[in-house]
Amino acid sequence: MRYSLLLNNAEPAEGQVSQADLAAFQLAFDKYAKALEAAGVLVSADILKPSTASTTVTLRNGALRIQDGPFADTREKLAGTFVIDVPDLDAALAWAEQCPGAQYGVIEVRPSAIVFQNGKWQTTN
Amino acid sequence: MTVRERAEYVARTSYGRLLALLAAPTGDILAAEDALGDAFLQALRRWPVAGIPAKPEAWLFAVARNRQRNHFRSSAERTSVPLDVAAHTLRTIDTLDFAAIPDERLALMFVCAHPAIDVAVRTPLMLQTVLGFDAEQIARAFAIPAPTMAQRLVRAKRRIRDAGIPFSIPDRDAMPGRLPALLEAIYGTYAIDWQVVAGPTERESLSYEALALATTLAELLGDQPEVLGLAALICLSFARAGARRSHDGRFVPIDQQDTSRWDATLIARGEAWLHRAHAVGRIGRFQLEAAIQSVHCARSATGTTDWKALRTLSEALVQHAPTMGARVSLAAIIGETDGPVAGLARLDALDDPMVQRFQPAWATRAHLLARAGKPDLARIAYDKAIALSTDPVIRAYLRERIAELPAGQRPSGRGPGRTAPGA
Repeated sequence: MRYSLLLNNAEPAEGQVSQADLAAFQLAFDKYAKALEAAGVLVSADILKPSTASTTVTLRNGALRIQDGPFADTREKLAGTFVIDVPDLDAALAWAEQCPGAQYGVIEVRPSAIVFQNGKWQTTN
Repeated sequence: MTVRERAEYVARTSYGRLLALLAAPTGDILAAEDALGDAFLQALRRWPVAGIPAKPEAWLFAVARNRQRNHFRSSAERTSVPLDVAAHTLRTIDTLDFAAIPDERLALMFVCAHPAIDVAVRTPLMLQTVLGFDAEQIARAFAIPAPTMAQRLVRAKRRIRDAGIPFSIPDRDAMPGRLPALLEAIYGTYAIDWQVVAGPTERESLSYEALALATTLAELLGDQPEVLGLAALICLSFARAGARRSHDGRFVPIDQQDTSRWDATLIARGEAWLHRAHAVGRIGRFQLEAAIQSVHCARSATGTTDWKALRTLSEALVQHAPTMGARVSLAAIIGETDGPVAGLARLDALDDPMVQRFQPAWATRAHLLARAGKPDLARIAYDKAIALSTDPVIRAYLRERIAELPAGQRPSGRGPGRTAPGA
């Protein structure tokens, strides 16, 4: 089954994370992604830019509306996604537990309903 | 020895004692760290010129205390709060008998494992304050980003200061309530792989840190049998560390390890701790776990594993501490003494829903199913264990076990691998 590990955490202010600290986070995520890859479960991994770089698009009120900033105004923001393909929730949780982001944020583990691959929508299990 | 080497040696061997002494009167670990760090810097500047003092620890202590006192004075001046400056008055270095000053490290360890301190930060806090590891080393050992670890440590130290957690050793009445948390913090360092579903391999390096903490505690609190039991447990378990991987890096289970690769010195040290613990005559969880390790280690002398003794000890352990790890381990041992079907029955009787995500339970089930002549069910259980293993070495080991399974008879109409266990 395919699961998205959604990393949520408070965003540091600009300059709050030093270069050395940044390097430490990069190293931790590098190890984590390589461990997922070695296990053959990694589909994709994205660390997102801060939500200030975000833009929202909607036509739900009839007209196009494009806005600066993220969709939800919460203290903790979506910071990255790891999509993994594992047999079940237990395995997904075992990997979520190893994610560096779990040490300072919250990982939401959410199964994919259907995915588009090989030219069609299909279930993953 | 150069001046730098000498300073580093003193830092390594005396850091915890010095820090505990400096922090105990005020409860301010951060200020004590600053003062001590400053004293080490001054040592590096002055010792090459003036020579290494006869009592380097006393020198560092005096300089750091002086620094602390100045800090108190200036903050007193700033805030006009009356401070008992005399209490912090520096004794002259000549009359200072460092060895005669009481060792405050035990109080420091109890502060680190205080109920008001978050469980996850207790061990890192001890490693930093008692053993002098820096946040980066600790973060690496726990596989946690270094800034996160540093932040956690600072927060905990502020909490100790602001909440007024006392630097004191619990008295006889309070000891039974406080000691388990301290032991657990040290044990957790060593047992991290077994408690977390399946920890990554880099965490194995923590065995050194656990051993250092357990030994320090056993030296400071040697009349407590469980303290001795924990030191024994970590010694005996760590003695086999080198044999847990084959020369080509593959995982080797305990009953197949090459006993010539076990560390005889560490085994002897562990047996000595265990002997002292038993002499007190009050059995407990860590002594039982150490005794189990001792039975395994005895194979280096006898050539066989005494499974009956393991079963007796393991049953007693489950009585004392019914952790998931202990109960799964007992099922595996029953699989040896009474056969795989009995072991499986014991596994099936585990009622905790957590067992579904507990990797060792699936690995044990797979092993027992294979021995019970049910290769298809074994394959399913191995697949589940592999999915729960985040350690590549363990995954490789489990895949080898699958490859060894006989082809077996597949249940008609169903493909292997997708069927739920027990279905």
